Amino acid sequence: MNAAVFGTRVDRLEDPQLLRGMGRFVDDIRFPGMLEAAFVRSPHGHAAIRSLDKRAALALPRVHAVLAREDLLPHLRNERLVVGLPSSSYKQDLNRPALAIGEVVYVGEPVAIVVAEDRYIAEDAAALVEVDYDPLPAVADCRAALAPGAPVVHRGAPHNLLAEFRMGYGDADAAFAKAAHVFRESLWQHRGGSHSIECRGAVASYDAIDDRLTLWSSTQMPHQAMRQLCDMLGRDENQVRVVTPDVGGGFGPKLVFYPEDVVTALAAMIVGRPVKWIEDRREHFVASTQERDQYWEVEIAVDREARILGIRGSIIHDHGAYTARGVNLPHNSAETVPLQYEVPAYSMNVKVVLTNKIPVTPVRGAGHPQGTFAMERLLDRVARELKIDRAEVRRRNLIPASKMPYTTQLKARGGMAVVLDSGDYPKCQEDALARGGWTDFPARQAAARKAGRYIGIGMANFCKGTGRGPFESVTVRIGPSGRVHVYSGAAAMGQSTRTMLAQIVAGQLGGDMGNVSVTTGDTAAIALGIGGSNSRQTVMAGSSAHVAAVKVREKALQIAGHVLEASAQDLEIDGDQVHVKGAPGMKVSLAKIARTVAGTAGYSLPGGIAPGLEATEHMVIDDMTHANGTAVVEVEVDVETGAVELRKFVVVHDCGRIVHPTIVDGQIIGGTAHGIGNALFEWMGFDENAQPVTTTFADYLLVTATEMPHIEVAHHESPSPLNPLGVKGVGECGVIPVAAAVVSAVEDALSPFGVHIAQTPIFPAQIVAMIERAHR
Amino acid sequence: MKPPRFHYHDPKTVPEVVGLLKTLPNARMLAGGQSLMPMLNMRLVLPDHLIDLNRVEGLAYIRETGGALEIGAMTRQRELEFSEIVRELCPMMHEAILQVGHRQTRNRGTLGGSLCQLDPSAELVAVAAALDATVAVAGPKGKREIPFSEFPKTYMTPAIEPDELLTGVRFPLWAKNHGHAFVEFARRHGDFAIVSAAALLEEDGGGKIKRASVTLGGVAAAPVRVRELEKAIMGHVASDALFREACEVCRKIEAMQDVHAPSSYRQHLAAVLSRRALEKAHARIGGGRG
Amino acid sequence: MAESRNITVTVNGKRHEQQVQVRLTLADFLRQQLGLTGTHLGCEHGVCGACTVLLDGNSTRSCLMLAVQAHGHEVATVEGLAPGPDALHPLQEAFRDNHGLQCGFCTPGILMTLVEFLRDNPNPTEQEVRVAISGNLCRCTGYQGIVAAALDAAKRLQTGKGPSA
Repeated sequence: MNAAVFGTRVDRLEDPQLLRGMGRFVDDIRFPGMLEAAFVRSPHGHAAIRSLDKRAALALPRVHAVLAREDLLPHLRNERLVVGLPSSSYKQDLNRPALAIGEVVYVGEPVAIVVAEDRYIAEDAAALVEVDYDPLPAVADCRAALAPGAPVVHRGAPHNLLAEFRMGYGDADAAFAKAAHVFRESLWQHRGGSHSIECRGAVASYDAIDDRLTLWSSTQMPHQAMRQLCDMLGRDENQVRVVTPDVGGGFGPKLVFYPEDVVTALAAMIVGRPVKWIEDRREHFVASTQERDQYWEVEIAVDREARILGIRGSIIHDHGAYTARGVNLPHNSAETVPLQYEVPAYSMNVKVVLTNKIPVTPVRGAGHPQGTFAMERLLDRVARELKIDRAEVRRRNLIPASKMPYTTQLKARGGMAVVLDSGDYPKCQEDALARGGWTDFPARQAAARKAGRYIGIGMANFCKGTGRGPFESVTVRIGPSGRVHVYSGAAAMGQSTRTMLAQIVAGQLGGDMGNVSVTTGDTAAIALGIGGSNSRQTVMAGSSAHVAAVKVREKALQIAGHVLEASAQDLEIDGDQVHVKGAPGMKVSLAKIARTVAGTAGYSLPGGIAPGLEATEHMVIDDMTHANGTAVVEVEVDVETGAVELRKFVVVHDCGRIVHPTIVDGQIIGGTAHGIGNALFEWMGFDENAQPVTTTFADYLLVTATEMPHIEVAHHESPSPLNPLGVKGVGECGVIPVAAAVVSAVEDALSPFGVHIAQTPIFPAQIVAMIERAHR
Repeated sequence: MKPPRFHYHDPKTVPEVVGLLKTLPNARMLAGGQSLMPMLNMRLVLPDHLIDLNRVEGLAYIRETGGALEIGAMTRQRELEFSEIVRELCPMMHEAILQVGHRQTRNRGTLGGSLCQLDPSAELVAVAAALDATVAVAGPKGKREIPFSEFPKTYMTPAIEPDELLTGVRFPLWAKNHGHAFVEFARRHGDFAIVSAAALLEEDGGGKIKRASVTLGGVAAAPVRVRELEKAIMGHVASDALFREACEVCRKIEAMQDVHAPSSYRQHLAAVLSRRALEKAHARIGGGRG
Repeated sequence: MAESRNITVTVNGKRHEQQVQVRLTLADFLRQQLGLTGTHLGCEHGVCGACTVLLDGNSTRSCLMLAVQAHGHEVATVEGLAPGPDALHPLQEAFRDNHGLQCGFCTPGILMTLVEFLRDNPNPTEQEVRVAISGNLCRCTGYQGIVAAALDAAKRLQTGKGPSA
């Protein structure tokens, strides 16, 4: 491998266009004759639709169509988006319809689409569509949804329990029965939405001559979208193409296939012109999936030495009104609790509950922050009760490096055993504590308190399976130009996917990133693909890219060997030339090599070599490779206002071998910012009628540059044994320990008041209230 | 989120504006746009007519006249921020303006626009109340002046007629080297204040407080001049204990409740921030640094 | 028929005479009528800053202005920053070299905000940079790379590498 490329800080392929404002995001795409759409959406959390009157809307000049459910039915083979990841735990199948079927079950649910000459007019017309609703009782709280006699989220549903499962192993009850100490926590955990700065969007265009529908979509999973469209429209894969242009952030919700995607496609086919729909921010609050509430009752049993004997508990998880992805999110939460600690017995019962709100699907972190928060709060509790240092409690329970690979008794969602493949968790923790000044802190804290200031320090460990399988597709091809082309089913949403692929491929094929073109997000460019989620691209696409590039390299050298009459092992690739090592003048271009095996009618290929200079790989890796890290945070709390200032933030992280150090830092820091938002700022609020009450950026707070401390990032590299590059995923890791570490630090700062924090996020008003309660 | 249809007018003089206001039904005036445009984009307001004030002459000025600062309604917040006159003569306004939104919003936002919007959390509204400003208004019947205490009619509704236009604001000045402070609690830099406290102080030769103004923003629909608090500290020598005790009265002010804060928290912040503002203002008397 | 006006606007030094509907925002005018899609829409209510352009040299949220209001004024967008197709503005170079962008969607607004800021504050502290960009939201970077890029750009501009802001 060309070491100069892998592991170095090369310039990103993405930057030149983006810096010039020459990116092509979905809203930048325009076609002659293109129309724009707006959706009519439910204003109610729950209501029956009695009638819909389009006449006033259609009468507006320059309005081309108003389509409701009955207009779409003749064009749909399946009316429902059947997208749920398989699980034996479902008690109900609640799939979203393309457009509402006589009933709306969340504020924002699409009821009709208006197509007009521009978005301004489309919004004018959408306001004129008269929908007669019969309001029904709306379920706003996932706990209340389970109460006997609670209203049902869907009229026809038997109850509001979508799924239930138990995750566990060993005899937890026995462990608890004989434990020296048992501590219980009741936790409320809330996470909000994606709020990528670019909202969603789609442009659909139907070519009647080719009989092909093309959908440009800001999706993280174009192949999945293509398959969904094929299923719903009754079309074959060669009749549907999905293209992902530049995407302004994904963070999870853009991997979901939405009603708006299929309805925009249908509108284009029905109206006979390209149709664009761009989600605006107000829609994003109610129409893009999000994470929301989990309520945990969880207990830990420990012996006198603070060693864990067992953990048990229950989670009530707010699923929203439909299944838009699956039960993976609460599954991840339950799985994460014991993950990197030695927990002999475990039992977690999870209830996945319906509410009349936009469906819940993973947002960066995907349930892992919640499992981490629960575990780290339990460990802090043990430390406080047994008067042992919080770091020491963890030290006594972390799985040591000597036990790697460690087969846990957990099962991943696909049924395979969860094996911690590599990593040195205690070493990571020690490094983070040293950088965070853990041992000196008590003295500093005491001095601060004398001066009337309340500072605190907190920590959290995390571990996460990355590189979700089974594969990602990559084709590496050298064309007659001598240029290296890479095609992949991987998706780019800002996390430098194309640079990553180019680095890995260039490492095998000449070391010149400028000679590598990468195409992602086009179902016409490569037949199979899965896309972006679960911090999987570097592991899965990177591995396939590496193997494919190695194969192409071998073939190129073999052909070059023929041409130069040298042995392949005496050759190397430099830029777009293959030459004899030490004799750069004895060379042949990649272009010539490619042409040699392109074939000429009637002439044999040299040396019986197979045609073409390309390889397509779908490297299968079912087991996830586990990244880990430790965050240490120092805070100061203004006890009069409840304001929390983050004074120091250290993350030590292990994502295996690093392809590009700066990109990895960027992923960690970006994830940390999101985590800080979850800890202190972001709350997606609904009232008792399931009406959203935080619907603008004035009410829903994202962190800005002034709320961010400097994040110190350090890396350990435990190469993954599960893939040829030794890499692990990093995209979501930054988020995972943050809420736990911040809350730990705030609680530490407020320890003179005996404050105990059992929630995330935590707000100044609540901190002040907690201090006042403690005074009384 | 695109604006609804409206008729657009861009008058060039104040009489033109008044004429339009008199004749056009359902008209809104567009000043800096930082409040109105979001409302238009969200279609929370549906005016038939939009009167753009940005080309009206003579409404942007900052001048000192006879012991007061006179500022035109269309003066950009940016101008206030960079004005040496404001910084020297009305340092509390300078301190407040640095906490108003962000550079981009101050580049367009205006004094008049902020005052007419009467957002309970707006810093400039609290400043006007703290300084006992007078608002100048022009209408078909001519000009009139409204003391700021009478300017807020109800929640986000000023006491000006539909055919009247705010033209300028007069801020009486305090003695040179008076104590001043504008403190606020916001969730993030530049956010609207959840609660703000504006304090102005003058002392006599014996170190006793002879003049005091304490104003709370963000607590109620309109800024609250805490007269009871001002009375409690008048005639006394300033001290931490005096301020702390006097500020407790702020906890009794009836406070708003919303997604950002419950009313009890606002009341609590009122007591805390008014005390901090007074401490800071006192430290700055005589040109000290607070 | 929707009401429209004729406007003359200079954008990135080039004069445009166009007819615009009176309710068309400046952001949509730039994006749709002039085809300058570098200015992005992230919220349309004046918080995210993705739509930031310079109006007569001052940073402005173009989603909160009507195109008609730009008549007779000068607008600068991200497309006008680079001196040519083969060169970048020092600010753009600094962003490239400091990983100041990931998805790039918020980037044009932040670049334009920094053009104004560095012009008026050629030697800023880190805290001053953070305050300067506090009106721009980024969901990808956590701002650290952006701050590093801004400080790096300040140095580059001061030493006169490339065109001044």
